[in-house]
Parts: sequence; C-alpha cells; structure tokens
Amino acid sequence: MALLEIKNLSVHFGSEKSPMIAVDGLDLNVEQGEVLGIVGESGSGKSVTSLALMGLIDAPGRVSADVLKFDGRDLLRMPVRERRAMLGRDIAMIFQDPGTTLNPCFTVENHLVETLAVHEGGSRKALRARALELLQQVEIPDPSRRLEAYPHQLSGGMSQRVMIALAIACNPRLLIADEPTTALDVTVQAQVLDLLLRLHRERGMGLMLITHDLGVIAETAQRVVVMYAGQVMEIGTVPEIFTRPQHPYTAALMSALPENNVGRQRLQTIAGVVPGAYDRPRGCLLAPRCTYAEDRCHTERPALNRAAHGAVRCFFPLAAASAPASAANATPT
Amino acid sequence: MISYILRRLGVVLPTFIGITVLVFALIHMIPGDPVEAMSGERGMEPERYARLIAEYGLDRPLPVQYADYVFKAAHGNLGRSIVTQESVLTEFVDRFPATLELSACAIVFALCLGIPAGMIAALKRNTPVDYGVMGVSLAGYSMPIFWWALLLILFFSVHLGWTPVSGRIAIEYDPVRVTGLMLIDSLLSGEEGAFASAVSHLILPTIALGTIPLATLARMTRSAMLEVLGEDYVRAARARGLSPLRVVGRHALRNALIPVVTVIGLQVGTLLAGAILTETIFSWPGIGKWMVEAIHRRDYPVVQGGILLSATLVIFVNLIVDVLYGVINPRIRHTR
Amino acid sequence: MTTPTSSNPAAASEEFQLTAPPSPLRELWRDFRRNKGAVVGLALVITYLLLAIFANVVAPHSPIEQYRDAILTPPSWEEGGSLDFLLGTDAVGRDMLSRLIFGTRLSLSIGLISVTLSLSIGIVLGLTAAFAGGKIETAIMRLMDVLLALPSLLLAVAVIAILGPGLANAMYAIAIVRLPGFVRLTRATAISELSKDYVLASRIAGAGKLRLMFITVLPNCLAPLIVQATLGFSTAILDAAALGFLGLGAQPPTPEWGSMLSGALEFIQRAWWVVSLPGIAILFAVLAFNLMGDGLRDALDPKLKR
Repeated sequence: MALLEIKNLSVHFGSEKSPMIAVDGLDLNVEQGEVLGIVGESGSGKSVTSLALMGLIDAPGRVSADVLKFDGRDLLRMPVRERRAMLGRDIAMIFQDPGTTLNPCFTVENHLVETLAVHEGGSRKALRARALELLQQVEIPDPSRRLEAYPHQLSGGMSQRVMIALAIACNPRLLIADEPTTALDVTVQAQVLDLLLRLHRERGMGLMLITHDLGVIAETAQRVVVMYAGQVMEIGTVPEIFTRPQHPYTAALMSALPENNVGRQRLQTIAGVVPGAYDRPRGCLLAPRCTYAEDRCHTERPALNRAAHGAVRCFFPLAAASAPASAANATPT
Repeated sequence: MISYILRRLGVVLPTFIGITVLVFALIHMIPGDPVEAMSGERGMEPERYARLIAEYGLDRPLPVQYADYVFKAAHGNLGRSIVTQESVLTEFVDRFPATLELSACAIVFALCLGIPAGMIAALKRNTPVDYGVMGVSLAGYSMPIFWWALLLILFFSVHLGWTPVSGRIAIEYDPVRVTGLMLIDSLLSGEEGAFASAVSHLILPTIALGTIPLATLARMTRSAMLEVLGEDYVRAARARGLSPLRVVGRHALRNALIPVVTVIGLQVGTLLAGAILTETIFSWPGIGKWMVEAIHRRDYPVVQGGILLSATLVIFVNLIVDVLYGVINPRIRHTR
Repeated sequence: MTTPTSSNPAAASEEFQLTAPPSPLRELWRDFRRNKGAVVGLALVITYLLLAIFANVVAPHSPIEQYRDAILTPPSWEEGGSLDFLLGTDAVGRDMLSRLIFGTRLSLSIGLISVTLSLSIGIVLGLTAAFAGGKIETAIMRLMDVLLALPSLLLAVAVIAILGPGLANAMYAIAIVRLPGFVRLTRATAISELSKDYVLASRIAGAGKLRLMFITVLPNCLAPLIVQATLGFSTAILDAAALGFLGLGAQPPTPEWGSMLSGALEFIQRAWWVVSLPGIAILFAVLAFNLMGDGLRDALDPKLKR
C-alpha cells in the first residue's frame, strides 16, 4: 500500500464562476521510504499541492479530491482535530525560506520544545534533552548554545537545519520538502541535501522533494513527477525520465539543462510562458509552446496515460529513440 | 541592553533641553511682559510692578534667567501659583494621582477591548464582524470626546440615573489620602460603600477618555495581526500541527504586539490631551482641569510648570516604551 | 482582447480605449471609487462644502439674532416645536439650524487655513532639512521632536496661553501642533526620492537647488502629503472644536460648533437638542474627512495597488 495516495486533486482560488486553477486533477503516489521528486517551473502548482496535502489552503482556496489517503486513512474525511494531530507527527514539512519560517520572537528551544510538547508531551527537562539531541542529529555545532539562539542570530543554512530538526522531531513517516535549498548559498545547498538524504535513509521515511532544479532530482530521487500549469505531464523513474523523456515538455526541460548544452553559444530555452489564470488553452496546456502540437492538441485535452516506465499526458509521446537535445521546442534566445 | 537604553537616552536628552527652552521662552513670548499680563486689565501701581519684576528676576539678561530657571527646576522649584501662592510642584503632585488613576483605567479599558476586537476583526477578515468592528472604531476615532462625554452623561447619569456626574467620590465619604488614588484610598478607609462610590465615579470618565485609544488600538491590532497572519512562520507553525488557538494566541499575537506596544506609548500623549477635556467635563480634580483653569486665570507659573512636567512625563513614558520594545523584540535587544 | 481587430470601427475604438492608459486623475478616481466608505466621505465633504459656501442663502435665520420669545424651542417634530425653527433654538433663542450651517463655514475655514499654513511651512522646512542635511537638518528635526513631545491639545493650549484666546489664535495653535507631522513626512519622502536616478539626471542637467527642491522632487512627494493633509483636516476640525469648547477658541456669540457645546452641560436635562446637534455636526465632518483620507491613501499608495 502506498504511503500517500492522491487521485484527482484540484485546488481552485478566486470566484466560483471563473476560478483560478492552481492544481488540476493531480494523481500521484508516494511509496514507503522512497524519494519522490516533483519538478516544474514557478507557477506549476508544486507548492500549492504540498499545502493542500497539509490542509493549509485557506478560505478563498478550495481543495477537492477523489482520494487523498495517508497510510490508508482518508485525510479529507477525518475530523479536523485528528488531521491536525497528524501534522508534524506523521507528515512534516520544511519550507523554502528558512529566514522567515522560524518565529522571530522565539528561541530555537521554544520552537523544538513546543512541537515536542504538543505531540508527545513529557517533562520540561526531558523535552529539552530531546531538543538538544535533535540539534545534534541535524549536525548543528555547539547545540546547547544554539538552543538559546533567536532566529535572527542564525545563518540561512543553520536555520534550515533547525527547520529540519523541527520536522523530524516526532519521527514522521513522510517529509515534504518544498524547495528546501533554493534560498541557501550554493555551498550550503549540498550539505543540507546530504543531511536530508541521510535522515531519509536512517529513518526510512518517505521524502517528497519539490524543486525546480533537475540536478537535485537526478542526484536524490528514485521517481520523478513533472508538473506543468497545475497538471502532471509525466511520471517515471529517474533514469528513464532523464535518458528517454516521452513528453515534449520533459524533453524540453532536459535540453535546457546546462550540461546538455556544452559547446553551444546559447542555452536552449522553452519559448513562451506558463499559461496564467485566465488564458488556459482549451486543449493540451502545453500546445501553444509545443513544436509537435497538431490540430488535436489544440482542441482536446489529453489524459494521463500509462506508459512503459510510468505515465505520460500526451497524444503523441516522443519515440524512445529521439535524442533529448533535438526533441524540444527549444529556440535560442 | 544597557547600551541600548543609553542610546535612547542620548536621543531623548536634546529633546528635553528643547522643552525647557520652549517653556522658559513661553513666559517671554507673551505680549508685554509677564507681570503686566498677570495683572490683567486693572493694571497695578508702579512700586508693586517694580518689586514683582525684581522678584521674578525679569530685569536680568535672558541667558542668566534661563540658567536660573533650569537650576531651580532641577531642584524642584517651579515657582509659585499667582492665584493660590502654593508651590507649583506641590499643586502638581497633589493633582497628579487623580489623572494617573483616570488614565490608567482608560488605557486598561482600551487594551482589554481594543486588542481582542482587533484580533477578531483580523481573524474574521472581510466578514460583517470585521466591517462592524472597523466601522465602530472609525466612529470612535472621529468622536469629539467632550461631546461623547456629554452623551454618556445624558444617557447613563440623566436618563438611567446609574452613575454620578462629577467628582471622584460621593461627598459623604472622605477617605484619608494615602496614595492619592481614590480606588486604593477608599478601600483602605474600610468605609462601607466608599469603594463602590469611587468605582461608579470612575466609569464614565474612563469610557470617555479611553474611547480614542480603544479605537486606535483596535485598528492597529487588526492591521498588525493581518500582516503577521500572512507570515511564513505562522504557516510553518500550522504545518507542525499546532492548534489555531496556539498559532494565533502565541505565535501571531506575540509578533503583532510589537507595533501595538509603540502605539500604546504614543497614546500617553493622547491621554494627557484627552484628560484636559475629560477632567473639565467631569470636574475631575487632575492636572488637565488644573491647567485649563490656570490659563483662564492667567496663572503663568502654573501653565509653565504644568507644561514642563507633562512633557517630561510624556518623554519618560516614551523612553520606558522604547525599552519595553527592546524587551519584546529580540531583534532590537541584540543589536549593539 | 484575443479576437483580432475586425473592420468594425466600434470594436476597434473599444480596443483602443482598452489599451490607452487612463489619465492619472481618472485612474485615481477609479481606485478611489472602489472604496465605498471613501465615496460616502467625499459626498459628505461636498455637502458640507456647499453648506459652507451658501450659508447665507441656505440658513433661514441670522446665526446671532436672539428671538427672546422663543428660548429653548424644541425641534419642529417635537411637541412645542415650530416650523420657524426646524432644529429648535438655544438658551438665548438663536436658531440652531442657522448656527450649525454658519458653523460649517467656520469649521471648514479653520481646517483650510490651519492645514494650508502647516502644510506650506512643513513642506519648506521638510525639504530644507532633506536638502541641507547636517546641522540645519538636525536643528529642524530636534525642534520638531520638542513639539511632538507635547500632547497635541496641550501644545495648542500653551500656544493659546501665549497668544490669548480667540478664533484666529486657535488656528495658529492648530497649525503649529500639526507642523511636525508634515515636516517629518516631507523630509522622509524627499530623502527617499533624492536617492533616485531622475534626481541625479536633473542635477547633471544643471538644475539649481530651488528647482530641484520644488519642481523636481516635490511633485513626487505629494501623494502622502495629500493624504496627510486630508486627515489633518479632520484633526484640525476636532481640535478647533475642543478649544472652542474649553472657551479658548472661538468666543461667543460666534456660531462655532465646539463653543456651542461649552455651555450645553447646563441644559442636558432640559434640552437634548442643544447638546446633541453640534456634536453630530462635528462627528460627521470629522468622519467624512477620515473616510476620504483613508480612501485617498488606498488609491494613492502604489504599494497597495494590485
């Protein structure tokens, strides 16, 4: 049984009549102990998906799904209290900008002790000891002194380690990491990623890694979901997706990678922009930007179909043979 | 922390010196000279005039007079009231507890209603509750408080007969003055009914004086809360499974209070200004009423001393608020 | 918008209108109109303005004539009221309605004159502080700190203590009380504008100091000043009424709203209209300017624009 099972998840904002569609019929599973990567451009609905899983989409936003199950339990139909108790205990999340996700008025110890007390309880002394232990696990030097620190006294990398300590405090079975390294210095990025992977291995938790950095996915994930404009375009294992992408969009992403452009004067890019709230095409969402688009692509929206190594949402998936670099609607800019 | 306080003092000191210059200049800006102004329309005989000029040292050069004024003021000598011949400082100290009691009650009243109202409005943003709270607070903010006080009297005292119209306590009680705060003194007197009488005298002035701070606090709390509720750390706190009560009451409120504390500090000035009106209407024997009467009587030493002492009070309270601001905002406390 | 331009001229002109940027005033009005409270405030302000301008025409009686046989007549709809005095008469038999209408003229003039005074002096001092820097700036700003340390009404009372009670002196007092706000605001916005490239460009082009101050920088500082001035109107009206109430502003028999209330406590049991009507006039005037100021702030503040 999958750890997390999502079928037909949609998130809409704005008015009932002309909604802004952030996530559109999303299907995906996260298996026990796997690293699932989710990639996409900004505005592709990656972050909104994770917030919807956590139940953090507020009033003007509407979340609907046919299935939204964690460990076989229906998240949408369980009492609010019960679902809240699962947050931080069974499912934890870390965010993009560690500089703003810690409360500036509280010390590191306040944060850790509060989370532990809410979910597990115990004496103050025991909680403090646990907090110290957690800081050691996320490799923070001089942890007993760091407990007293306020967020503004920590560097970005240090703050993100504290966020990770907070996330793993109650041994969650699924960790959602939303662009965990984007806001950090390049040198720190690798350290934080290594830390996340080590914790994932040691604790056997599922890791949902949201990023726009294909390099990160290639190094860490077993499977990858490619999102575009709120829809899943392709799902597959990492080696398959990277060597034989079937969706033109995936192929275009690959050919835009610097390492696939060695020797070229200019980086290949994807022409056009992600459709906005009110200009979603009637047919395939990628059609206006796709060189392979035919008449059918403009009038009819393709479904997510099973394919050899996963699933792909395209009427005319690319032949396995075509080389990524030439497959894309890629033009020099 | 200590260096932070010292830095604040460094900013405050020039302001304070400026106030003494201003207050000193006050007496010399009056058309004619002070003695002439005090004598009123009737005028006075030349010998007495000369004697008074010499008595007040008005024949000496201005810098000498200023130095003399500051020196005396620093030793608590602010001159004597022309009308009562009482020392200005003594008169101030006599009346200050009444104003303190009223202002304290007003600010507590404003805090107890304003902060929750602002929080509720923020949490129920764009609902009828929000519009209601904001509409009422805008009206309160625009209210001429002397008229508001009259309306309160009209309704509660005249129409319903619930509360007395003026003074601090009914005449049949005369508690011994210990602290000068009627609530405490009436309790200490042990007389039955004295405390209740003191409370009933306080209610209307408190509402009248507290209304503008209340409206300001509600508006301020709402906007600070709305800003904080959109912060990443609030979302992160929710993602850790903390209850809404804990997220709002602990994580959000703590941060929203930082700007609110500054506003409370600024309200001290508003309170003193409001006390001038409220005390006049309710015959509340505090410094506001004292100063208005002094102006009507052209009792310049009292006006001068009253302004100096009130300004000192405002500066002092703002200094305390600044320090408090440092205590609740760790980012300020730790910068050198 | 996506349909290509057809040969239909109407459609073409419509599209042209959509793409042409709206004039700044029209854009301001569009943003302002979104705020219903602000529109109500504007309507009230216009009403008050018309009443003030046409007071002689609108008011049924002279504001100071005493009808000795009609003392404390209740409003017309009450028992004993008369249609001659729609809102009743006061303790010496003057028509309340006429006094209120002429009071509008007074209150708006007080607001206008004191705000104009403090705004113009504030702009000059603020710009000087921002441009001169150094000792001049410190001196100006310290002086403003001193004025700010005194509670507003207390400062006004102190100024009155020097100048003596009276309507004109009340206006000066209020102008002085509001001065620090305008100086600080002008200086802060001017300093942030000074760091922008267009100022540098103008400087390189050889603009003189006065030209830089008043023609290059000032227009770009106006938006917050306009908002502050509108809100300043409401506090000026409020403070003038408070001074009048204390007997330190307008003197009887001037029909000023605040001074109309100063003797009213006496009649609180006998004649509610003497007590409540002037207050309602003040409240709505202040409310109108506050609503309008809030609306202007929302419409002018680019940070709040979508």
